[in-house]
Amino acid sequence: MTIIDAVLGDFFWRALLGGLGVALVAGPLGCFVVWRRMAYFGDTLAHSALLGIALSFLISVPLNLGVVITCVLIALALVLLSRTRTLATDTLLGILAHSALAIGLVTLSFMPDVRVDLTGLLFGDLLAMTRQDLVWIYGGAAFVLSLLALLWRGLLMSTIHEELARVEGISVERLRLALMLMFSLVIAVAMKIVGVLLITALLIIPAATARRLAHNPEHMTALAVVFGVVAVSGGLTLSWYLDTPAGPSVVVTAFLVFLMVYAGARQSRH
Amino acid sequence: MTDPLVRLEQVTVAFDHRPVVDRVNLTVSRGDIVTIIGPNGAGKTTLIKTVLGIQRATSGQLSVAPGLVIGYVPQHLTLEPTLPLSVRRFMLLSGRALSDCKAALERTGVAHLLDASVHHLSGGEKQRLLLARALARKPDLLVLDEPAQGVDINGQATLYDLIRQLRDELHCGIIMISHDLHLVMAATDRVICLNQHVCCSGYPEDISQDPAFVETFGHQVAESLAVYHHHHNHRHNLHGDVVSTADAHEGCSHDHH
Repeated sequence: MTIIDAVLGDFFWRALLGGLGVALVAGPLGCFVVWRRMAYFGDTLAHSALLGIALSFLISVPLNLGVVITCVLIALALVLLSRTRTLATDTLLGILAHSALAIGLVTLSFMPDVRVDLTGLLFGDLLAMTRQDLVWIYGGAAFVLSLLALLWRGLLMSTIHEELARVEGISVERLRLALMLMFSLVIAVAMKIVGVLLITALLIIPAATARRLAHNPEHMTALAVVFGVVAVSGGLTLSWYLDTPAGPSVVVTAFLVFLMVYAGARQSRH
Repeated sequence: MTDPLVRLEQVTVAFDHRPVVDRVNLTVSRGDIVTIIGPNGAGKTTLIKTVLGIQRATSGQLSVAPGLVIGYVPQHLTLEPTLPLSVRRFMLLSGRALSDCKAALERTGVAHLLDASVHHLSGGEKQRLLLARALARKPDLLVLDEPAQGVDINGQATLYDLIRQLRDELHCGIIMISHDLHLVMAATDRVICLNQHVCCSGYPEDISQDPAFVETFGHQVAESLAVYHHHHNHRHNLHGDVVSTADAHEGCSHDHH
């Protein structure tokens, strides 16, 4: 009891525990981002998280809830707008990503009585992790991981060949929505650690690193989790000792691991 | 005569009010091999996507036998390079037992590739893998979109031969799209020449003499096919052109442009 209290009473350990929980889900979801070429899409959702924060303050709902709901709504808007095909998807993503970020920032500036640490939101804050955040992170992680396990075959199949998956009776559209819901949840919980602007990096870099060594999809997700854990623990330690911002430190660590793995595993290709 | 596996009645698929598939009738029963041929943009792929249920028909009736299991062999398997995948894992994603998957790979002649990476397969090996993947589902209806793409000439004949054997073994119906006219004519029961609407349909020998077919594919192709079959139940006019005498087909009653 005292040990648990000692650990949870220390903000560094709270941040580390939270970070590990985030790495647990960022690994498998990051693999889907890489496989489905959704990096820019992930960026857009992450940027709209800031709009979610602003709206949460405006109508006073819990931050995490506001972020999840905003991300889901933006994701749905993206799906609907991309069907009209009047604008290329990357243009559409660019418009929504930066507009959401800008509207969020402008809205926040209209609320002088709300004191928010913008740098913390954008780049992550080691000190900001509360016990309640930990509950959110591990609750969200448990939910996302069980959903992933449940939908794994369908998700993988629709990623490999969408039409083949449809013919085999897999409801591709429903799975796409489920994946977006999971992204939104992960963004809401990862925001505290790495910040809005760097979430996509935490999703992509460990997954891309894992690709170099993996020989099947499950292997790649497991490795992505390992590299995510290394990035989070390494980055937060760096941040603690050198007093560097948490998010960028995590991303720099992830990038260094990426470089080392790619330099080390040059010849083996799967 | 068994009940048809699939029946299309007056099926039209339109994009932006422009019909890509125009009032097509098509029936496939067990044991049938139906090949769809036609120029680029003729709506061949759209038609089979309608049969597969992944493209909604704008109008018309599509009825499929209850509990129909479809094995689909898509035109390509373009795998994202970032997604590591072995043949074994790809086969198992069908949800079938490993023994079924192995048997299917054996049947299409790629069992030795079980532990290979899908990224390293040649075009022909990929086609055989896709075919095995469809077979593992024990389909009632096999739908193939240009199965011989990326396969060399010798391989093509063997592949069509295999498809015919599979029809006999599984007693399934087969719909395929093909460009390889010679091989199609030799391997198939029924040919449908599509150019938005059904230009002509019937048995290979008859269709190669059909004026609509000649118009779509040109005289040379039609002549060579007619010669290929050695069924000279047609006449030539003074210019050497084929004059159709066969009635065993539905011809077009309107102008082609």
